[in-house]
Amino acid sequence: MSTHLGMPAFPARAAAESANAQLRHNLRKATHTIRDKRAAVVDELSDWAELRAAGAAIKDRTLLDLDTHLERLEAAFTAAGGHVHWAADADEANRIVTGLVQATGSDEVVKVKSMATQEIGLNEALEKAGIRAYETDLAELIVQLGHDEPSHILVPAIHRNRSEIREIFLREMADWGRPAPPDLTDEPRALAEAARLHLRERFLRTKVAVSGANFAVAETGTLVVLESEGNGRMCLTLPQTLISVVGIEKLVPTWRDLEVFLQLLPRSSTGERMNPYTSMWTGAAAGDGPRDVHLVLLDNGRTDTLADEVGRQALRCIRCSACMNVCPVYERAGGHAYGSVYPGPIGAILTPQLRGMSTPLDASLPYASSLCGACYEVCPVAIDIPEVLVHLRARAAAGPGHAAERLGMRAAGWVFNRPARLAAAQRAAGAFRGLISRRRLPGPGAAWTDTRDVPEVPAESFRSWWRRERS
Amino acid sequence: MRVALFVTCVNDTLYPRTGRAVVRLLERLGVDVAFPGDQTCCGQMHYNTGYPGEAAALARGFARTFDGYDAVVVPSGSCAGMVRDNYPRLAARDPALKAALAPVLPNVYDLSELLVDVLGVTDVGAYFPHRVTYHPTCHSLRLLKLGDKPLRLLRAVRGLELAELEGADECCGFGGTFAVKNPAISAAMCADKMRHVADTGAEVLCAADNSCLMHIGGALSRQRAGIRTMHLAEILASTEETAEVPAPSGRRA
Repeated sequence: MSTHLGMPAFPARAAAESANAQLRHNLRKATHTIRDKRAAVVDELSDWAELRAAGAAIKDRTLLDLDTHLERLEAAFTAAGGHVHWAADADEANRIVTGLVQATGSDEVVKVKSMATQEIGLNEALEKAGIRAYETDLAELIVQLGHDEPSHILVPAIHRNRSEIREIFLREMADWGRPAPPDLTDEPRALAEAARLHLRERFLRTKVAVSGANFAVAETGTLVVLESEGNGRMCLTLPQTLISVVGIEKLVPTWRDLEVFLQLLPRSSTGERMNPYTSMWTGAAAGDGPRDVHLVLLDNGRTDTLADEVGRQALRCIRCSACMNVCPVYERAGGHAYGSVYPGPIGAILTPQLRGMSTPLDASLPYASSLCGACYEVCPVAIDIPEVLVHLRARAAAGPGHAAERLGMRAAGWVFNRPARLAAAQRAAGAFRGLISRRRLPGPGAAWTDTRDVPEVPAESFRSWWRRERS
Repeated sequence: MRVALFVTCVNDTLYPRTGRAVVRLLERLGVDVAFPGDQTCCGQMHYNTGYPGEAAALARGFARTFDGYDAVVVPSGSCAGMVRDNYPRLAARDPALKAALAPVLPNVYDLSELLVDVLGVTDVGAYFPHRVTYHPTCHSLRLLKLGDKPLRLLRAVRGLELAELEGADECCGFGGTFAVKNPAISAAMCADKMRHVADTGAEVLCAADNSCLMHIGGALSRQRAGIRTMHLAEILASTEETAEVPAPSGRRA
């Protein structure tokens, strides 16, 4: 997540990405497929609105009392034979995980797909320590083999189509382990089988696994992972050591609370009634699964986010990705334009809060939305993303790079604050309307007229007509 | 019933025709229309771009200007949405503003709401013999939740042939300052919207928000698409006697 330094702002990155016809085609097809599936399974539930409200309320209530719940989680996890570590930021979390892996003597780990470990750049940190991290989620494998970056939180290779995936497998698999069969086709079944055989060896050999968690149940110290492919189940049960990096906002107080999210998440993310694999583990048990179980609780900007009364609702997020699947901006810009492991609408409010807005890229993210509101509508925990975007824009607008805009907005405010000034401005526009080109505006107006004509300024404003006709 | 027209700054300055259509339509239905001269802008541009201070000043002006009417009608989904959805947020820490807005906000209606919910009419006696498609606009759809009210009004217009718009609920890419802050993505969104509009075979694209129409219409005009844009009020105001000769897309003095 530190690679964003020096990156251009979102508009330039998005403009470049949106010119990629293959990307546009892949994304359009994939996002529309998932959004339609989601809509169908959500419509099945007559109590969806109540579930959504309950999800939001549970998260809000938990966040307000997070310190107490976290200590309860720590006590329960420890009592069950696990070890709890606290990480204030990415560096500390990476140090802890690296140290734990080194203590096992292993120089490789298998990974369950995890946003938290991507957020802290764990794979890169491990690599620096001579430890190779192998992604085992099919899409993460595609991204890793392709020396690529994920572009979606649930479907990280959403920007790739199957013929591209076939080429990546043929080219790269041999360097990482079992090669792809030379006669590999781009049939989804054949691609999945090649990945399965490639990964199977790795599961049986590797002694250490790293995961995240979708939820952490405080009352019993139980971690929960939802997945579709069974790779997670392999990673969570076969190795001797299991290290889980979990954001502190992933906590739910009780199993009853968990019930709500186990209904909300699969329908919102993959458009399924239930996900194929739900793995839950509570500490370590002799003769059953990993012997050495660790939980790294990650802050990395979350308590700062929690301090913001409007922005904190972003911490409700359960990483379902429904918002990016309906976002018209994401659909055309693609995930890489956001320069963060969290793309799309949720990324546009999460990244600037977790990382701050000191870089041009991060300060531009709150503007990466037309405020159409489709994201809020589908969010299973009712995060009012447009509200937070606007809230963060106010913070960005007070910062550097907005001097000209501030001046313009103040001038507009000055005009609008007195009806007489507005009327005078309208008269001036009417008088000079012949001089205004409808096809080429100067300065920042060119961003409009590059693709759009401007409307003809009428000779007479409405208020002038009313005064003439009616008073 | 005394109804105040909040025409909005965009309509006032660029689309006075829409304001005149609202007046003609409501007066035809027997409504007493007032135009409080102190009105200016709802502050949506300021608020959505990150300038809540300027927006709050305009909200105060709005509360002052529109107090005391039976209803306030706004021929713009996003401006009505701004007033109803975001003014309460602006007033959350401003008790004086909150108190000033309290009697006004419940009386603020988008044009379709005023017609269907308050006046109880769907057939407004309009005549418009053209093939029309309707773009619901995001804030009409998701903030105001207008649902099928505009479509019910359009279906009752004599001679009007309503064509269904594919992907109607998808944003056109205007988004206020988004259109110039992220022009590439804005244009990409508009390209898809225009494709769907063209596929309907309609000659008129109708919406309840001239800002979105300025964006889509500006692009249609640039492409010489031969499809014109009209505000819902203009179609509803149209009768056999007053049928206006429509100007080409964008040229709507």
